[in-house]
Amino acid sequence: MAIVEKPLSIGTSEPVLADRPLGVLTRPKGGNGWRDWLSTVDHKKIGIMYGVAAMFFFVVGGSEALLIRSQLAVPNGQVLSADPYNQVYTMHGLTMVFLFVMPLAAAFANYLIPLQIGARDVAFPRLNALSFWIWISGAIFLNSTWLVGGGGADCGWFCYSPNSGVVFSPSHGVDFYAIGLLILGIASLVSAVNLITTVINMRAPGMSWFRVPVFTWMMLVTQFLLLFALPVITVALFFLMFDRLFGSQFFNPDTGADPLLWQHLFWIFGHPEVYIVVLPVFGIFSEIIPTFSRKPLFGYSFVVFSGIAIGFMGWGVWAHHMFVSGIGPVSVAAFSLSTMFIAVPTGVKILNWIATMWGGKIWFATPMLFSVGAVTMFTIGGVSGVTHSLAPVDTQQTDTYYIVAHFHYVMFGAGALGLLGACYFWWPKIFGHMLNERLGKVHFWLATIGMNLTFGPMHILGLQGMSRRIDTYSSGFGFALWNAVATIGAFTIATSLLVFFYNIWKSKKDAPNLPDPGPDPWDARSLEWMLPSPTPEHNFDEVPEINGLDEWWHRKYGYDDDGNVVRIATVEEAAQKGDATNVHLPSPSFWPLVVAIGMPLIGYGLIFNLWLAVPGGLATAGALFAWALEPADDPDAHHGGSHDDHEAPALTGADTNEES
Amino acid sequence: MTATESVAETEATPDVHEHPSDWAYVKIAAILAVITGLEVSTYYVSIGKVLIPSLLVMMALKFWIVITWFMHLRFDGKIFKQLFLGGLFLAGVVFVVTLSTFQFWAS
Amino acid sequence: MATATAPAVATGGHEEHRTATGMSNTKLAMWIFLGSECLLFGGLISSYLLYKTRGSGLPVPTDVFDIPFTSVSSFVLLMSSMTMVLALSALRRGDEALSRVWTLATAMLGGVFIGGQVYEFTTFLREGLGFTTNPASSAFFTLTGFHGVHVALGITMLMSTFVMSSKGKLHQEQSETLEIVGLYWHFVDVVWIVLFTVVYLVPA
Repeated sequence: MAIVEKPLSIGTSEPVLADRPLGVLTRPKGGNGWRDWLSTVDHKKIGIMYGVAAMFFFVVGGSEALLIRSQLAVPNGQVLSADPYNQVYTMHGLTMVFLFVMPLAAAFANYLIPLQIGARDVAFPRLNALSFWIWISGAIFLNSTWLVGGGGADCGWFCYSPNSGVVFSPSHGVDFYAIGLLILGIASLVSAVNLITTVINMRAPGMSWFRVPVFTWMMLVTQFLLLFALPVITVALFFLMFDRLFGSQFFNPDTGADPLLWQHLFWIFGHPEVYIVVLPVFGIFSEIIPTFSRKPLFGYSFVVFSGIAIGFMGWGVWAHHMFVSGIGPVSVAAFSLSTMFIAVPTGVKILNWIATMWGGKIWFATPMLFSVGAVTMFTIGGVSGVTHSLAPVDTQQTDTYYIVAHFHYVMFGAGALGLLGACYFWWPKIFGHMLNERLGKVHFWLATIGMNLTFGPMHILGLQGMSRRIDTYSSGFGFALWNAVATIGAFTIATSLLVFFYNIWKSKKDAPNLPDPGPDPWDARSLEWMLPSPTPEHNFDEVPEINGLDEWWHRKYGYDDDGNVVRIATVEEAAQKGDATNVHLPSPSFWPLVVAIGMPLIGYGLIFNLWLAVPGGLATAGALFAWALEPADDPDAHHGGSHDDHEAPALTGADTNEES
Repeated sequence: MTATESVAETEATPDVHEHPSDWAYVKIAAILAVITGLEVSTYYVSIGKVLIPSLLVMMALKFWIVITWFMHLRFDGKIFKQLFLGGLFLAGVVFVVTLSTFQFWAS
Repeated sequence: MATATAPAVATGGHEEHRTATGMSNTKLAMWIFLGSECLLFGGLISSYLLYKTRGSGLPVPTDVFDIPFTSVSSFVLLMSSMTMVLALSALRRGDEALSRVWTLATAMLGGVFIGGQVYEFTTFLREGLGFTTNPASSAFFTLTGFHGVHVALGITMLMSTFVMSSKGKLHQEQSETLEIVGLYWHFVDVVWIVLFTVVYLVPA
């Protein structure tokens, strides 16, 4: 039981004691300190851990990017030779996609979805912890290839066969790629099942589908994409792993295999993956832009439906990554058309955001700057993307820097900038103090200018014919100027990140001397702003009854007789106090961590020596059983100290949910 | 709790239905067994061009019977059916298209 | 209200839930997961279909199939679905002993199926069809192997519920636990319904 509201109704409920569990397992009790973080099942703490780890890997992937740009800064660069260069760009791509953008989005999803739908936690708190620990163990496994695998994978993030075979990639890098992504995939799949269940089943009373905040909507679509896309890459990765480790013949053209199979399976996953990265930031834009325009989102239902439409259509465009692979003219024409169509719902969204700002009283605080900047960058990346739907143009541009420019405008311009803006927006909610606005604006401008200096010139380089993934170029090619500019841009982005970190440190240091931000520093619209900052452990004192879209805003504002917006309640009046006692929270558990620790061991075992897999398999299997047998929660554990009073005030809307 | 029910009213169907009797389940299993017998008989009796279509029809029929009766999709909440058939449909479309790009059906 | 802090098993264990849709979280999660599994088996099946004739001169699976044998093991798995649903039906009536009998029968039928698969694989191996022989064989063993692993996991879950029930930890009120194991089991069965037709019966 995730959340058992102990006093379910006033005075009547006797505490029900647990049956003795099978075996002698008990649940750890909540507390403070590092043990608490290792065993936590609180969606907020898990969200914070995702965020911290994602920022760490942002630094790792960013350092790899700086290595790449240093090598390409001048003709005939000497920083990296060809082989390490291949490894560094491959690991850069993997790190940024799987270990930075996706988990940072997962951080916000974990933290915000339960708050936005008025729930106390996700549907399965222990599975939520499991997702995080599996993810981090996969991330460490994937990067451990630098130390024990003889270097990183060197086949690019989409790792086409037969390049990925042992013949062309004899180090263990690709093995770590295959198994690492499999482990990360399990994490995302568990998380997808959990979050979909949460959104469907845990909405507060009155929150019908068209009252769900757009961020939650977009995360829901994202989780469906993960749910259906991950099994496809799983199949491909198993084939690759079997080929490399056990000699199967999936991608060996000599025995009649077709390397195009890998390309299809990869891109059936890979294209939805693009929307997995970008839909969360669409949700973020749709929260931030209305808040800082002082207007409701223009065309809520259009934004929601276009998000769903993107989710569906994202499944029909994968082969546009393969226009030069020889898939035949009919396939090229069909996928060319479908790719043109998918621009429509995306365009709808951009128009909605612009119309939201139109006529609004715009407040250019840092989160708004990031969102507007990111929408602009996304528009550029989207327009260059549509040009690729024309197969003849795409043929010209495939594997050139034009492609690199395009997807970095989407991945970094929209994805990373959007998520960084979200950090500024939700920081006070998560940590209870604001980030410094001045430094935030410096961060924004450095990042935006840096990103345009880095990726803008790549359009030109691509059209000039500079190949993607080339480790160097000669001075006579005419590539020198724009490569130098791009390298300056990359270091500008790195500087902006340092400013961000300095901001985090300084804001924390200054926080005691500054006014408390209160529950709702931005005068925002959705439910999370109803809670004190930082969010109390039990989320809602009382699960709110939802009467409309933008519930929190409507609790603050009403209309007078002339239809003008008037304030009807101050934040202090409308917000919850966060002082509920006797809320029974799910007990922590160490088993998710143990299950996760077994997985990389199995991975090392498959690669090096099957005996190594034995302890890993035992740890995972044993921990799963222990998990199943541990009591659902500790009947003595209460939030807020030891309250023996079981006749405390009733908590309405006391949903119970089992925990798994 | 009354509040949660107000949401429940707007969507979905709580779990109210009569479960089939054990005898009904046995009869369904018998039907499945008969269809399986028919399937296997095509291995011994040549039926020409209709072989593959008839095999696929019998497969779909068995599939449908198991998910609707044994997995209770007949009685259970609509959302379960939507989620499962959504995945099934998506898988069907995506992989039929994939095989088409290999000109699989021509062979 | 399910305040009870009865032991949860991995697949759940509480009968009453108050959720926004009125449906249990664990059952919903299982159906979501099964939706995802469709894509997994879809990918494996279509890879096999693409490769099934690619033998590079060596035997392909369709050369060595023993249809009568596989028909029997298909029938066994099909009947295990019936025993599964009877186990659930018995538990819902509160007849725990009968439920245990049917649960055990289901697990044993699953075990027979796995045994048949092991026998089939070793026979194929003797006839020159190994995992690494050609793309067709790799795809065949991976596809049927993945299904076999699913069956084996299902048997583990069934035996766990059997043990729980024997120790008096699985009563009428927790019948949803068995129902969810059952959903997984029936899914594994329908996958085999597809495999049996598409892989074995449809001629090369």
